[in-house]
Formats: sequence, structure tokens, C-alpha cells
Amino acid sequence: MKIKLNAKDYECSCGSVYKLRKELFDEKDLIIINGFQVSDDCAIREDDELFIIPAGKMPDKADLSEMMCARHTPHVHEAVKKATVGIAGLGGLGSNIAAALARTGVGRLVLVDFDVVEPSNLNRQSYYVSDLGLYKTDALRQQLSRINPYIDIITYNERVDGGNAADLFRGCDIVCEAFDNAQAKAMLVNTLYEKMPGIKIVSGSGMAGLESSNKIRTVRRMKNLYICGDETNEARQGCGLMAPRVLICAGHQANMILRLLTGIEDV
Amino acid sequence: MKINSEIIDLEKPVNLKQLLVDMKYNIARIAVEKNGEIVPRSTYESVTVSDEDTLEVVSFVGGG
Repeated sequence: MKIKLNAKDYECSCGSVYKLRKELFDEKDLIIINGFQVSDDCAIREDDELFIIPAGKMPDKADLSEMMCARHTPHVHEAVKKATVGIAGLGGLGSNIAAALARTGVGRLVLVDFDVVEPSNLNRQSYYVSDLGLYKTDALRQQLSRINPYIDIITYNERVDGGNAADLFRGCDIVCEAFDNAQAKAMLVNTLYEKMPGIKIVSGSGMAGLESSNKIRTVRRMKNLYICGDETNEARQGCGLMAPRVLICAGHQANMILRLLTGIEDV
Repeated sequence: MKINSEIIDLEKPVNLKQLLVDMKYNIARIAVEKNGEIVPRSTYESVTVSDEDTLEVVSFVGGG
């Protein structure tokens, strides 16, 4: 039967993944079938996508790209690799969303922030002490290239405003609103809907404090506006932003973006 | 009319901006959809809302 083995067409006659591995590879090597790593033998079916990855070896660049793709769920990967997602604000939400989307193989990320990495960012943002003083765009580009070197990263070291927002995010399939400031969030949403009709926006609103994780949810508040967060808990004195709830919200936003990119509009 | 799924009675058509101010919305922090279409901020003062309209008002809170 016809299958794909390590991204190449392969005529397979051995019926099960363990038999195939025994024939061609070492028995310690990792097996991924249709995006899922197997821990038991299983049957091979026509058109299965199989990767067998040598354990514990540093692969060369071409092989590494194939191996990373192996772990992506096939139809998801096809959809996301040709997508462009804009991220407005690279703080607690934006930096973590960018890392999640890079890991998932979103083909092109447009990252916009004007700020530099400061010590007060490290409690929740995806930066390191060694990034202090760097522009967030530069620090994040460096980090993402270590996570997934096979995606395009476009950065703009600018403050987003009503005048430049549509230019910065032109060509994006989805824009992720990840600002800290409530007025900036409203400005971006209003500006993009006026200047880029039909653009889908996934926004974060309400993730401060120590409230329950389960209050953070995704809701479709408008035709093209998805809000992630509890919509209530604002960052203020005595109610700060901390990594866990900020990352939960970032996870909601990243997942909604993936759903939209694969054609799912429900929350 | 309906505003964020809640039904309120409007005796006569009202100006959108006035309605938002009366309902204590902070204009700088919201986005408004009327009958499924975004309402540009610059037009709040000239848009009229009547009893058969549906409004969705999203209020953003800070933090990210």
C-alpha cells in the first residue's frame, strides 16, 4: 500500500509500524503516525503519514524540518503553514501567543511592539534576563528562531496607532490584539474594523489577579471579534498580572487563532 | 431594543453616544456593533438607536 514515510512516497507491504521500523530503522527510534507519537504497535493503512525519527541524534536542517512537521496534526499543519497572523503587542499575551503559534508552525508572524524588555516583564512574558534592554521585537525574533527556524517572522518596532494599524497588519489573515492598555485594545479593534472590513480579531480582555482559571473563556462577541479572558479583572493596584492566568488567556487566544485558520468559527 | 442580549424598552429613538454615556460606558474603551455591523467611533454622535435595534457593546479591560 501507498504511504508517506518521512515525507516521501513509500510502497509499504509490512502491515504494522513495528514491522516497518524493524525492517528499516533501529528499534529505539521514535514513530509518529498521522501527527501522533505511538507507544504500541499499530496497523498501517493506505495514505498514512508516518515518520520514524532516529532517537537522540541531532538531525540536519532538512530532516529537522520534516521531523517538526511530523508532530503537527496533518490537516492543521497544511492550513497554518500558509497563514499570516499579526500580533499587536508583545507583552504577557503576545510573546506567549507568538511562541505557541511558532511551535504549531504558523507560516508567517507579523510582530509589532515599540517597547524594550524590562525587569518588570519577566514575571509573565516570554523573555529572559539576558534579553533586558533589547527591543521586544528583536528578543522575540531570536527566541522564535530557536523554537522554529522554518517560519517567516516580520517585526515592526513601532507604537501601533489609528494612523498606522491598517498598514502594519495589511495581508494578515487574523490579527491578535495583545496590548496591555484598555484604550489601546479598543483603538485597535475600532481602527481595524473601519479600515480592514472583514478582518478577524482575537483579543485578550481580563486576566489579572488570582481569580479562578475557569473564568477565562473565549466568546464571540461580534461577527469577527473573539474575546478571550474573564472580561472583568483589570490589572490594577492589588490585582496584578501573573504568569498562570496570563498564559491561560494566551492559550485561549492561540487556540482560537488555530481554530479560525482551520476553518472553525465556533468558540 | 437589545443591548448585549439584555432587552430594554426605548420609548423613542435616542442618540447612540448619549445612550452609551447614560449607561456609564467609557467611550475610549469600547467597540460597538449595531445590528451586526461595526459602528465607527467618529459616528457615535450621529447614529440613532431605536427600539428594534440590537447593540453589542464590548468594554475592554486592561492587562496583557
